[in-house]
Amino acid sequence: MTRQTKNIALFAAVFALILLTGFLQSWNVALAILNMGLISAIMALGVNMQWGYAGLFNVGVMGFVALGGLGAVVVAMPPVNEAWAAGGGRVILALLVGAGTIFAAIQSWKKLAKGRARNLTVVAVLLVGFIVFRWLFDGAVEAIEAVNPASTGYLGGLGLPVIIGWPVGALLAAGAAWIVGKTALGLRSDYLAIATLGIAEIIIAILKNEDWLSRGVKNVIGIPRPVPYEIDLQESASFSDRMTGWGLDPVTASSVVVKLMYAGLFAVILLGLIWLLERALNSPWGRMMRAIRDNETAAEAMGKDVTRRHLQIFILGSAVCGLAGAMMTTLDGQLTPGTYQPLRFTFLIWVMVIVGGSGNNWGAVLGGFLIWFLWVQVEPMGRWLMEQVTSGMADGSALKVHLLDSAAHMRLLTMGLVLLLVLRFSPRGLIPER
Amino acid sequence: MDLLNAIVALANFVIVPATAYGAQLALGALGVTLIYGVLRFSNLAHGEMMAFGTMLTILVTWGLQGMGVSLGPLPTALLALPFGILGTMLLVLAVDRSVFRFYRQVKAAPVIFLIASMGVMFVLNGVVRLIIGVDERIFVDGARFLISAREFKQMTGLNEGLAIRTTQVITLVTAVVTVAALFWFLNKTRTGKSMRAFSDNEDLALLSGVNPEKVVTITWLIVAALATIAGTLYGLDKSFKPFVYLQILLPIFASAIVGGLGNPIGAIAGGFVIAFSEVTVTYAFKKVAGYLLPEAWEPDSLVQLLSTDYKFAVSFVILVIVLLFRPTGLFKGKAV
Repeated sequence: MTRQTKNIALFAAVFALILLTGFLQSWNVALAILNMGLISAIMALGVNMQWGYAGLFNVGVMGFVALGGLGAVVVAMPPVNEAWAAGGGRVILALLVGAGTIFAAIQSWKKLAKGRARNLTVVAVLLVGFIVFRWLFDGAVEAIEAVNPASTGYLGGLGLPVIIGWPVGALLAAGAAWIVGKTALGLRSDYLAIATLGIAEIIIAILKNEDWLSRGVKNVIGIPRPVPYEIDLQESASFSDRMTGWGLDPVTASSVVVKLMYAGLFAVILLGLIWLLERALNSPWGRMMRAIRDNETAAEAMGKDVTRRHLQIFILGSAVCGLAGAMMTTLDGQLTPGTYQPLRFTFLIWVMVIVGGSGNNWGAVLGGFLIWFLWVQVEPMGRWLMEQVTSGMADGSALKVHLLDSAAHMRLLTMGLVLLLVLRFSPRGLIPER
Repeated sequence: MDLLNAIVALANFVIVPATAYGAQLALGALGVTLIYGVLRFSNLAHGEMMAFGTMLTILVTWGLQGMGVSLGPLPTALLALPFGILGTMLLVLAVDRSVFRFYRQVKAAPVIFLIASMGVMFVLNGVVRLIIGVDERIFVDGARFLISAREFKQMTGLNEGLAIRTTQVITLVTAVVTVAALFWFLNKTRTGKSMRAFSDNEDLALLSGVNPEKVVTITWLIVAALATIAGTLYGLDKSFKPFVYLQILLPIFASAIVGGLGNPIGAIAGGFVIAFSEVTVTYAFKKVAGYLLPEAWEPDSLVQLLSTDYKFAVSFVILVIVLLFRPTGLFKGKAV
């Protein structure tokens, strides 16, 4: 079997699994897996760029994904005019003062001569800037959050089509990546890992607590969609007639059709990305990246600016994660900062990349689909397993109840085992780098 | 009097809690730093190892409580701790034999160990949740306070109370005993010296006849003990929730890096630096300022630099500052 047929067979097998879900469970479940699989594949592509092309260990995927989601909210939600009137300008001024303070501190650190005068100036700049910032910011936030807190209490967005929010999400993630990369790249690999872990937690903390921006744990719901609503389809006479004509129930059919539309939209983006990335990987730029990954010293000796290239790929990869995050928030129709968990949004993506094959775009995509399928399906499988294990026990025994309750946690265990087994016995993944 | 009140308020809300938290972080960071020094990778599964050890301790504690065993004013968990440590040691050795030993044999890059530890993290995470569930577990018993705020007020006649919880004292005492034992082991015993030699210069240590597998085994055993103690103390002082041990990974790593990865003294110092800055920056100084400043200047706001929700940001910012100005940490750590 040649490499190509093997890869096609692997993809066919994963899609057969999804089809099987459609036949055995329901098409809604199958399409939900497909849609999140498409998004997971894009996230895995982003991580694969950083890890597979350049060997950068980013464990802050969750943060970039969440920032992407914020991008979708900021672009697509209707603006809350009252909140803007109450404190919109002031909050922006506060943020500018904050950024200006940090910039001024960095500049005075760089420009002034070393010594006590410099230290004092920097501290003074930071202190004064912080006080002014807090004074502007606290007042503005209070005013914004007081505007009808039960339904808005935040600035809202720009009211533009949500599709525009996807690149904006990518840009937000890229901006955060620039800040992390500037400080942590060029240091040791472990430091980058811890720094990204930290920035992800901070981004989530900001989304949870800055109600004026993201409504915090009150969640932003009802983000406008790029596709029609199920209810509109059901009410449209032509749609109902056609579906009934095909012998389908219009209610089920409407949700299937909506999911198919999402799938089409996501598939276009995924294929476009793969095309771009394949072009990049096989260009002089891609060869340079791999050369840097395999031997930094040699690449540096050849005149390549390693730190700069690392920063570039780190930003690009994070932007792809942000794009996927914006798409996911659009698919969910809501931004729920409380649900971002590192195991689900950082480490699971890593499992996808390692299992699929780091350094290979198709491998990352395959890993995205396969691992997402397992993540969803291990839970019912675990429950079934637990039911078999406990079938001999007396009904109502504490152990039986406990085992049945904890079946949901089988998925973490399974993901860990899959990662460890692949890393041990097939370290290059299912579709290895060429 | 106002000055005394201010000091007591500060001690009650900042110094005492931060000291206990710092001791917990220091014990956790010691585990991370030892693994880094000897096995040369950052163990992402450390938080879950702490959770596993704590879980075992809780289970034994429940058993003991069921049998009616108690330590009087001290929490029963202290009696259960040795069992928890033993169980964790077995687990950690099993993990090392089944996962990490292979990568040592093939001399894999540190980052491969890091990824493997990610897999271990997932598995342990699942195991802990399978066994004990995701809910909050409170397993502390015995006397709640050494000094309660009311007693302190009666004793001293001050307006402010100083409450010292039993768990805080136990945390500190246990941490001091543990650290003393660890340093005695590292500095005085033959095995400890061979560990340090291996950590400083692997080739030279091998040349002098140090058995690497033995060093690695001993390291894991110590780390298992440290992780269990740190996790149990944290659980006693706050409460046991499995997901917290994933979150605490960040301050622990920050402590280890701030102190200098691979340097045990640095890990302890780092733990306290991180703990004190977290608590200080997120504490609302209104009360203290109210005592110290003349009445007219008394602030209306809380005088809180950052809300407590951002405590992770504090460890991160300190980490970044230290990395920018002293990349090897406050005490000289290792560089890869």
